Amino acid sequence: MIAIEPLAATRNACKLCAPLGACLALRGVAGAVPFLHGSQGCATYIRRYLISHFREPVDIAVSGFSEATTVFGGGDNLRSGLNNLARQYHPELIGIATTCLPETIGEDVGHLLHDFHPEGDVPFRTVHVSTPSYRGTHVDGFHATVKALVEQLAQGGPVRGHINVFPGMVSPADLRYLKEVFADFGLEATLLPDYSETLDGPQLEEYQNIPAGGTPVESLRAMGRARVSLEMGRTMADAGTAAVSLESKFGVARRKLGWPVGVLESDRFFAALSELAGRPIPEKHAKERGRLVDSYVDAHKYVFGRRAVVFGEEDLVVGLTAFLAEIGVQPVLCASGGESGRLEEAVKAVAGDAVDGIVVKEGMDFATMGEMARGLAPDFLIGSSKGYSVARELDLPLIRVGFPIHDRIGGQRILHLGYRGAQQLFDAVTNTLIERAQERSPVGYSYQ
Amino acid sequence: MKPNPHTVKDELLSALPKKSARKRAEQIVVNERRPDGSVPEIKANVRTTPGAITQRGCTYAGCKGVVIGPTRDILSITHGPIGCGFYSWLTRRNQTRPEGPEDANYIPYCLSTDMQDEQIVFGGEKKLRAAIEEAYELFHPKAIAIFSTCPVGLIGDDVHAVARDMKEKLGINVFGFSCEGYKGVSQSAGHHIANNQLFKHVVGTNETPRPEKFKINLLGEYNIGGDAFVIEDLFERCGITLVSTFSGNSTYDAFANSHMADLNAVMCHRSINYVAEMMEKKFGIPWIKVNFVGAEGTAKSLRHIAQYFNDAELSERVEKVISDEMTDVLKTQFAVRARCEGKTAMLFVGGSRAHHYQTLFAEMGMKTVAAGYEFGHRDDYEGRRVLPTVKVDADSRNIEELHVTPDDTRYLPRRGPDELVQLEAAGLDVAGYQGMMPEMEEGALVIDDLYHFEMERLLDIYKPDIFCAGVKEKYAVQKAGIPCKQLHSYDYGGPYAGFRGAINFYNEIDRMVNTRIWQYVQAPWETEEELEVEEIAS
Ligand code: SF4
Ligand code: SF4
Repeated sequence: MIAIEPLAATRNACKLCAPLGACLALRGVAGAVPFLHGSQGCATYIRRYLISHFREPVDIAVSGFSEATTVFGGGDNLRSGLNNLARQYHPELIGIATTCLPETIGEDVGHLLHDFHPEGDVPFRTVHVSTPSYRGTHVDGFHATVKALVEQLAQGGPVRGHINVFPGMVSPADLRYLKEVFADFGLEATLLPDYSETLDGPQLEEYQNIPAGGTPVESLRAMGRARVSLEMGRTMADAGTAAVSLESKFGVARRKLGWPVGVLESDRFFAALSELAGRPIPEKHAKERGRLVDSYVDAHKYVFGRRAVVFGEEDLVVGLTAFLAEIGVQPVLCASGGESGRLEEAVKAVAGDAVDGIVVKEGMDFATMGEMARGLAPDFLIGSSKGYSVARELDLPLIRVGFPIHDRIGGQRILHLGYRGAQQLFDAVTNTLIERAQERSPVGYSYQ
Repeated sequence: MKPNPHTVKDELLSALPKKSARKRAEQIVVNERRPDGSVPEIKANVRTTPGAITQRGCTYAGCKGVVIGPTRDILSITHGPIGCGFYSWLTRRNQTRPEGPEDANYIPYCLSTDMQDEQIVFGGEKKLRAAIEEAYELFHPKAIAIFSTCPVGLIGDDVHAVARDMKEKLGINVFGFSCEGYKGVSQSAGHHIANNQLFKHVVGTNETPRPEKFKINLLGEYNIGGDAFVIEDLFERCGITLVSTFSGNSTYDAFANSHMADLNAVMCHRSINYVAEMMEKKFGIPWIKVNFVGAEGTAKSLRHIAQYFNDAELSERVEKVISDEMTDVLKTQFAVRARCEGKTAMLFVGGSRAHHYQTLFAEMGMKTVAAGYEFGHRDDYEGRRVLPTVKVDADSRNIEELHVTPDDTRYLPRRGPDELVQLEAAGLDVAGYQGMMPEMEEGALVIDDLYHFEMERLLDIYKPDIFCAGVKEKYAVQKAGIPCKQLHSYDYGGPYAGFRGAINFYNEIDRMVNTRIWQYVQAPWETEEELEVEEIAS
């Protein structure tokens, strides 16, 4: 085991801040505009980061604190900000997340909103969530927002046949895939959030300032009447989540599943859906599984015994570990900037035989990752584009998945989930390794 | 048909509640000269309306991200929660070229104290000290800069006291910046803070004499897309010595030695004029405004530098370089004009770029119909002549004005009063900047701090052939069917400065405004009628 002294400074962080996660989640609600209560700069930075990944407009309004606001509180800015935004964008919902500043001065946004009455004639709802970044990462901000949406909007009533799905911070392509799978099972599912269209939209004849798509507020309200909530992500907490809240408030049963990355985790996922739907796995998906396993057999020689560094959001790291382990790749370092305290256990639960060779590290930054990776002799890295500097330093290929991907196009279209996602991941991993070998070969072969 | 700018202005204002609209009206101006030939007054450098989606960033971004960040051997530590530091982690935007493999380059690093609850509650100075000591152990830099983000000001950490202690303890230069994001209305306040601290803690701390004849500093050039490399090359060919650049491709030692130069050439007036002014006062170094964007501007700027030094040989070399370069420039200009002449552009970016890039478009025969700065002040719009009448509001008062007096031993006016008068008479505008509006067409629309929804309206009304802004605007503009050129990061293109840069730019814009991609938006099975029906239905 490599001992690394804990350092005071974070060097090249492998995490982003909480309001970013909040804005991402809010982009997945129909007719919603995210609004940051706090300093202007945070909103600008966060927009820039989200936009550079999705390559789509991401509008985030901000109340904009000044020195005086920090002394007297941001109530006026919040109220006039909401009114101004409503007048320009006619949103159905404004989702308010806090930056570190109002959190530091202890501003009670819920209280401010309680006394707020919109000025204009267009009604809109508000939902608010507290997202201090000195207490959690972008992933925490994301989950907190999903929970706030549910807590502040969902209502009870007679149970209906639909199911709730909390997919976690997956890609738009993943969301589209999930919707297809649920439809194929004949399951009526409400996904929250659903930015499959809003953050991967078509070129249009007419510009829309709030892009179409997202979980309709009506469906969100009906979440209290679903028959079950599926909560995806093995590192999700067992308290304080949206599904837990629906369970305790409205008695909606909660079922936790891992991200279906790779064959085994997908098998578990499809089995659960099959049970819920009372139908066998649709043939289309069974065939995709068949083709996937067939390719595993064909390309086993290229990937078996290779070693990988896996990094990113915790649930993605768990999913990728499951996938890599099943194709015979040894994950040597499974790292995340998150600190849920649950990563190690989740990784171990899915790693199978590979478990003994894995170092799990929470609260990781890229400088530490580079230092640790050096001693672990990996063959490649898999994670976001922020790992590029480490990959370059170690002269290793980086397979880009997850978020953010700023130095390639198509981050929003990467499919990670299900048999189909595993197929794409598998092809990417295998071809990257083949390409490396080909490049390093003294013979310029093109047929092997 | 040409839109009526007054009607457009009214339409933009109608989307705001009355009170906000009244304030906003002063920031949207039709460029119509007054009888005495002066441009109208515009309100700038004021708070963005709450709830607006603005292009602006924060004070911290202007200080750390813009001014100090591009210097490769000052180790930067962000004191605050993780986001601010992470988002300002520099990438390709600022290029730098260490002289040898052993030379320090910290640009790929982003150090942050990653504040947690504990620091918010009990204070973060202890963690900051530990972070500085540890950074010193790891990197042994010449200098460490500490940047405060919003929460720091509130919890009362004294970064300057920590810096002083550490400077003493480690024996290297350590200095802090109170650049909390909320302090100013935009990045601009951060530029000022950065200027102040560089001036206080770095400029003039290295007395190595410079023997060269034509020594200048280039201020306000950040080497986006390699611009500074192009300019450095031009200077070298002309025989002009570049002592330091603030701050593209720059080093700590060059800053420290910059008071040895005999002229400051200012590119981005907004972000760096403070250093120019202070160096004039303390060391007697005059400054002139230059513009290396556009072939004409580049030629003019080189000639002005030569004029300042008043040396026949230098002038000759400058003319030679210009004529060598202009052949290719004119060839490309001619070729692109055939396809671009008469097309329209809008520029909403930065604090000088919205001005500088208009000249490049003009060289291609394209017209700028609307423009504005993200963080400019009135003098950047109307020229420095309005400085005495600029109102100082609470936000500006927040930022320290250094009181600078001539240095006891080192103040040496590089040009005497008579010489300055002569230079002025010969057409060299010493310490002057005319601003953007005097150079814009009559009737053009000038909007300060463009709001996102205003941009959407402008695109719809004017349908310009190209819109220049940043990545935050890019995809919204393109969804509206108009190409968007990023002038912050250059879309990873560039360089666009100097003569070669101009050629790059002409070709790039030509490609963008003449692309056929938009033809594919309508699928062949979508007839016009169907689209109309859809529109009515929605
Ligand atoms: S202050 Fe907080 S919310 Fe704002 S960018 Fe920094 S970490 Fe993120
Ligand atoms: S917290 Fe303050 S310093 Fe940090 S990004 Fe936001 S506005 Fe800027």
